[in-house]
Amino acid sequence: MRTTVVVLLGILMSGAVFAKDRIVVPMAFLKQERPEPPTLSNLDPIPEDLAVAGARLGLKDSAKTGKFLGFDYSLEEVTAREGDDVVEAARAALAKTRFLVVDADPEQLTAIADLAEAQTALILNATSQDGGLRGEGCRSNLLHTIPSYAMRADALAQFLVRKRWTRWALIHGDKPGDLAFADALRTSGEKFQLKLAGEKAWIFDADMRRSAATEVPLFTQDLGEHDVLVISDEINDFGRYVAYNTWQPRPVAGSVGLQPRAWAPVVEQWGAAQIQKRFRRLADRDMRSEDYGAWAAVRAVSEAVTRTKSNDPAVLRAFMLSEDFELGGFKGRPLTFRTWNGQLRQPVPLVHADALAGQAPIEGFLHQFNEMDTLGVDRPNSTCTAFNE
Amino acid sequence: MRLLATALLLLATTPAFAGEIWISNEKDDTLSVIDVDTLEVVRNIEVGERPRGITFSRDFKRLYICASDSDTVQVMDPETGKILNELPSGEDPEQFVLHPDNRHLYIANEDDAITTVVDVEERRVVAQIDVGIEPEGMAVSHHGKWAITTSETNDMAHWIDTTTQELFANTLVDTRPRHAEFTADDSQLWVSSELGGTITVFETGGQSEIAKIEFPIQGVHRDKIQPVGFEFTQDGKTAFVALGPSNRVAAVNMATFEVEDYILVGKRVWHMAFSPDGSQLFTTNGVSGDVTVIDVASRKPIKTIKVGRYPWGAAMRP
Repeated sequence: MRTTVVVLLGILMSGAVFAKDRIVVPMAFLKQERPEPPTLSNLDPIPEDLAVAGARLGLKDSAKTGKFLGFDYSLEEVTAREGDDVVEAARAALAKTRFLVVDADPEQLTAIADLAEAQTALILNATSQDGGLRGEGCRSNLLHTIPSYAMRADALAQFLVRKRWTRWALIHGDKPGDLAFADALRTSGEKFQLKLAGEKAWIFDADMRRSAATEVPLFTQDLGEHDVLVISDEINDFGRYVAYNTWQPRPVAGSVGLQPRAWAPVVEQWGAAQIQKRFRRLADRDMRSEDYGAWAAVRAVSEAVTRTKSNDPAVLRAFMLSEDFELGGFKGRPLTFRTWNGQLRQPVPLVHADALAGQAPIEGFLHQFNEMDTLGVDRPNSTCTAFNE
Repeated sequence: MRLLATALLLLATTPAFAGEIWISNEKDDTLSVIDVDTLEVVRNIEVGERPRGITFSRDFKRLYICASDSDTVQVMDPETGKILNELPSGEDPEQFVLHPDNRHLYIANEDDAITTVVDVEERRVVAQIDVGIEPEGMAVSHHGKWAITTSETNDMAHWIDTTTQELFANTLVDTRPRHAEFTADDSQLWVSSELGGTITVFETGGQSEIAKIEFPIQGVHRDKIQPVGFEFTQDGKTAFVALGPSNRVAAVNMATFEVEDYILVGKRVWHMAFSPDGSQLFTTNGVSGDVTVIDVASRKPIKTIKVGRYPWGAAMRP
C-alpha cells in the first residue's frame, strides 16, 4: 500500500477579521489499482492520476475558501495495489479520517461502506456508475458524485427522442461495464419509447486496425432498420473502429461518437472553461469524467463544511441531503443530492470529439419537481431503502 | 449609478448629444456602439481577445476594456476608437471597477485568484490581493474607502480596504457570486449569486446580511433563474436585475426588497447600462447576440438591437 499526504493549510492571515478557531477537515482518497484490460488500440492510455487529480483540484479549490473562513483541509492519498486488500486499506484510512473519497469496484465499495469504522463516516463514490450501488445495494453512508449508467443512458435517449432518431441498434462488448451500460441503454430505450431494431455482441478478436474496413460493414449489415447505432464499449476497445465503416450511413453514439459523459474537455459553457484551465495547469492533461466525480466529491464535503461550519460527518451528511445544499459544478445548474439514494443530481453533457452537441435534461423533458430527475432512477422507481430515515 | 451622476452634469453642457451605449462582444473581439437617439449600432470597433468588462473614465475620455484572453486591459480613445495603450492587468482580467479617484482600477484576474490594483496614469501594478478562486464581481464604494471582489467558486465577497490594499472582511453569499454594487449612500452592498438564484444585501457598517432577495417566476424552474448583473436607478428606488437563462430582467423595490416586475428580454441576459437620462435600460443578451432596450418608466421592452456574438459588458457614454 502506498500513502501520500497532501496538506494545504491556511496560509498566514493578512487581514483582521478572520475566524480564530480553525476547523480541521482531514479527507482521504482511496484508489483501487486494477489491471488495465487490453484494447485494440493504444491511442488513449489511461492516465495514472485518473480521478485522484480531480480530488487534488477539489482540495485546492476548497483550501482557498477554508483559508478565508477558518477551515483546514487535507487529503491523504491511499493506493491499494493489485493484490492488496482494498477494504483493509479503507479501514486503515478511516482510522485517520471521517471522509473517504473512493475509486473502486462496486463490491469493494459496498464492503467499505459496511465496515464498522465506516458507520460514522461519509464515503463518496467518485467513479463507479453501477446501478446496484444506487438501488437495492445502496448504503446510507455512501454518496455518489459520478452519474450512473442509467443517467448517461437516459441523457442519450432524450437526445435521440429530440432528434427523432427513434429506431436504434446496439453493439456491446462483453466486459462488465459494457454489459451494465448496455442494460441501462435498453431500459432507457423502453422508458423513452425508442425502437430497438437489433443488437449484437462484439465477437471479433482480429486486430481492427487492419480489418475494420472489411469486417464492420458485414457485421452491421443485419442490425435492422435503424436511425442511430449505439455502442457500449466502456473500455474503449473496439468502438473506435465502427464509425464510418457501418453498412448503412448512420451516426454512432454511446461509448464513442456522440457520448453522454459526466465531463469532457469540450465542455466550456457555464464557467467550465475556468475549471478546465485550472485542471490542465494542475495535471497537465484534460479533465475526464472520473476526475470530475472526484472533484465534486471533495467539493461537496467542503461546501457542506463552509455552510455548516462543522466537520461532523452526520451534520454534513444531513446538510448535503437537505434543500439548502447546492454545489456549483460548472454545468449551468446548482447540483444537489437525491434524498432517496445519495446520487448527486446533475446535467449530463452530450459530447463528441470536437464540441458539445447538447446537454441533458434536454429541453422539453419535464418533471414534477426537478427536470434533472428525468435522468436516472427517480424516487417512485427507486429500490433503495437505506435512505428512508 | 456613480457614472450617471457625472453623466447628468455633462449632459447639461452638451444637450445636443443623446449619448451612446457601448457593448463588448465576448466571442467576436469587438465592441458595438449603439446610438441612444436612433437605437441603432453606429460603430463596430475591433479590440483584444475576449472582451468582457468595459468602463469609461470619469470624464469619458478613456474607455478601459478587459481583453480577457489577451491578458491585458486596453485603454481606448472613444472618439477615434484607437487603442492608446495597454495596462498591466495580471492574467485573464474579467471584470474591473474604476476607483472614484479616476486613477486606480481594481481588476479581477479570473484564472489567478487575485485582484490586481493598477495605477492607470503610471501604468503600473500598485498591489495584488489574494482572493478566492475565479474572482469576478467588482465594486468600489462611492466614498472610495472600500472595494469588493466576489469569488465565483468560493462563494464569497472579499472586502478590500483601499488605503492598505488588504482584505478586512470575507462574507459568505450563495453559490457563484457574479456582481456587486454599493448603493449610492454606501450604506448597503448588493451581491448577486448566479446559481444560488439570489441577491444578498449587506449593511456595510458591520458587513452583516440584512436581506436575501429571491426571484420566483411562475413556470420557470428556480435553477434557471440566475441573477448576474444589476443596476440601480438614479432615484435609488429600483434595482434592475438580469436573470441570465430565464431571459428576464427583474425590477426590485429597493426599500422593501420585493420583486415588482419581470421584463422579458433576449436569451441569457448578462449586464446592463442606462441611457444618460435614465429613461432607458440596455441589456446584453449573451446567447441571442442582441441588446434589449427597456423603457424604464413603463418597464416594457421596446426594441431589440442585433450586435456581435456573445455580448457581455455594457457602458454608457453621454
